[in-house]
Amino acid sequence: MIATDPTTSALALNVLIAVLGGAIRVGTPFLMVSLGECITEKAGRINLGLEGVLVLSAMAGFGGAYLSGSPWVGVLAAGLSGALLALLHGIVCSLPRVNDIATGIALMLLGTGLAFYLGKPLIQPQAPQIPAFSLGEWSDSAQVRAALQINALFPIGVLIALLCAWGFRSTRFGLVLRMAGDSSDAARALGYSVNGIRIAATTLGGFIAGLGGASLSLYYPGSWNEGLSSGQGLIAVALVIFARWSPLRCLGAALLFGGAGALGPALQSVGISQGYYLFNAVPYVLTLLILVWTCSPRRSLKGAPLELGVSR
Amino acid sequence: MKLSPRSIDAIESVGLPLAALAGALLLFGVFVWFGGKSPVDAWALLFKGAFGDWFSWQNSLQRAAPLMLTALCVAIPARAGLIVIGGEGALVLGGLACAGLPYLFTPPANALGTALLLLAAAAAGAAWIALAGVLRQWRGVNETISSLLLAYTAIALFKHIVEGPMRDPASLNKPSTRTLAEGLRIGGMFESDVHWGLVFGLVACVALGVWLFFTTQGFATRIVGGNARAARLVGLPSTRLIVVACAIGGACAGLAGGIEVAAVHTNANASLVAGLGYTGILVAFVARQNPWLVMPVAVLFGGFGAAGSLLQRRLDIPDASVLVLQGFAFLLILASDALRGRLFAPAAPSAPPVPAVVATPAVVDAPAPAPVAVPTRSGDAIPAHPNLAPGLTPKEAT
Repeated sequence: MIATDPTTSALALNVLIAVLGGAIRVGTPFLMVSLGECITEKAGRINLGLEGVLVLSAMAGFGGAYLSGSPWVGVLAAGLSGALLALLHGIVCSLPRVNDIATGIALMLLGTGLAFYLGKPLIQPQAPQIPAFSLGEWSDSAQVRAALQINALFPIGVLIALLCAWGFRSTRFGLVLRMAGDSSDAARALGYSVNGIRIAATTLGGFIAGLGGASLSLYYPGSWNEGLSSGQGLIAVALVIFARWSPLRCLGAALLFGGAGALGPALQSVGISQGYYLFNAVPYVLTLLILVWTCSPRRSLKGAPLELGVSR
Repeated sequence: MKLSPRSIDAIESVGLPLAALAGALLLFGVFVWFGGKSPVDAWALLFKGAFGDWFSWQNSLQRAAPLMLTALCVAIPARAGLIVIGGEGALVLGGLACAGLPYLFTPPANALGTALLLLAAAAAGAAWIALAGVLRQWRGVNETISSLLLAYTAIALFKHIVEGPMRDPASLNKPSTRTLAEGLRIGGMFESDVHWGLVFGLVACVALGVWLFFTTQGFATRIVGGNARAARLVGLPSTRLIVVACAIGGACAGLAGGIEVAAVHTNANASLVAGLGYTGILVAFVARQNPWLVMPVAVLFGGFGAAGSLLQRRLDIPDASVLVLQGFAFLLILASDALRGRLFAPAAPSAPPVPAVVATPAVVDAPAPAPVAVPTRSGDAIPAHPNLAPGLTPKEAT
């Protein structure tokens, strides 16, 4: 009955288009932080400090774009500030007896604090935004056109995902990085510095996660304020598990998490305001269910780097 | 002068964090100086705002109370070998349960009613964190990840319920639940602003320290956390001990949420989701998962929080400067742990060099640095397990 009703099906189509468009818009920062976390975890460490990286780089990106007038200078500033904070994580975690989870939470506080402190004067002004590609010009529906506005960082993210997948498989650096994450003894036996590799991986991961921060402040929502991140940096850990440490599956996971985040507002726009927050929680519950389904007390997670704390 | 290993340990465990704290204050001074303010003024105001007078002390202690309880949510499971970082979820659910109980029935508007509310809060938190422990023991799901996921789920549930089914129609701008009746709230102690929640925090810290260090069950929990294999060998019920440790920790965090609602907010609203659970993680790590040390550390960091508004008013710097200071302090204190056992090492050449194992710092599953299995103070060897031959004494996990 309901499906045949033309107005209902039109509404459903509108919601679907809005969710698909939102998946890319909301999913871009998810994609960047999950790729950053993926690289870090492949080398054998967890960086919960990516939450701090995300907030700090969102501020730095906005500040860079505002002061220079070019959004791309902002994107670069975001990446570099993220890399710097992640470098700190990498170095501190290389000290003996330092726990990477606690360090990550400390960096989350530090990054957030630095961002709020330095970003106080940036709350009012407007900065130039990252350009978007309009792929929906063929359609005369305003909604389709709005949904197909693709933020220029999204294709960059897809490219990074492809590069990562290829790099992990076929480059020397990728292999050494994976070795450090799977068996630090093997890496050490071959004469590599495990800490050096991990610091490099964490820093690179921070740079990529920083691009996600730029996407937050320079595209969507597109301004700097203190409530910009809603925990995307912390939840990157879950995303990477969801994606089973594969950069290409990170892309799918980011779109799914982004789509779930866009479902609430999309339904709200057609007058359904119930369950806004519950839709946001769907990816978390889903990840947990997948973990419960696939984990076993007798073996570690399939695909998990063996040196990683969470897989032991 | 020759120092005994015990006194070296004591000097290091007090001296290193204090030196790290001094370093953090110095860094903070440089940071403020870059902003064109006087670091000396900042330090003076920091002290004044945190512990300068009775008013500041009240503010600091008030902020310390929930931190003690959320830190216990990390410290107790950590002693059983689990790193739980989802205290925030237990806290908000505890707050929700506390605010929600009057929807089910009308509790007596006196101390008994308040006790019922807090009991509901503790039960909600305990169930949530125990779930993480159960999932780990039953399915091998890593508790750090599952507790984080559970925390996000709990926050979503909290917001859904506060803005939906349990919303007070009178709360227009800020969706919240119905305000608790006057008699159910927790008031200040002895005519001050410090509410009774502080007593709950202190009692919980002292009691759980006693439980951990002086009871058989606490001792067994520490063995499970220190060396799971040895625990299996002597036939300890690991699963039960781990789930109990998680439930205790969760109950503390839930209690923190209940107290925040009953003493500060008077209803459940979004202000409850303020990151107290995450600060608690760091308090627990700085206190080296020791419930007794949690108390002074929580007061110190509560004091930093209290000083924020004074810094903002007098020096015109954003109150986020306190977050920066906390970040510096936590980072340096965590990093200072690396120097442990090395400060006096040159004086003792017989000490072996640092083994190669330290090059892999991802010792996530070994959070309890204390030599767990040595019954130091209490002499509570476990007579119930004659299998524990002297040679099997579990060693430090790392």
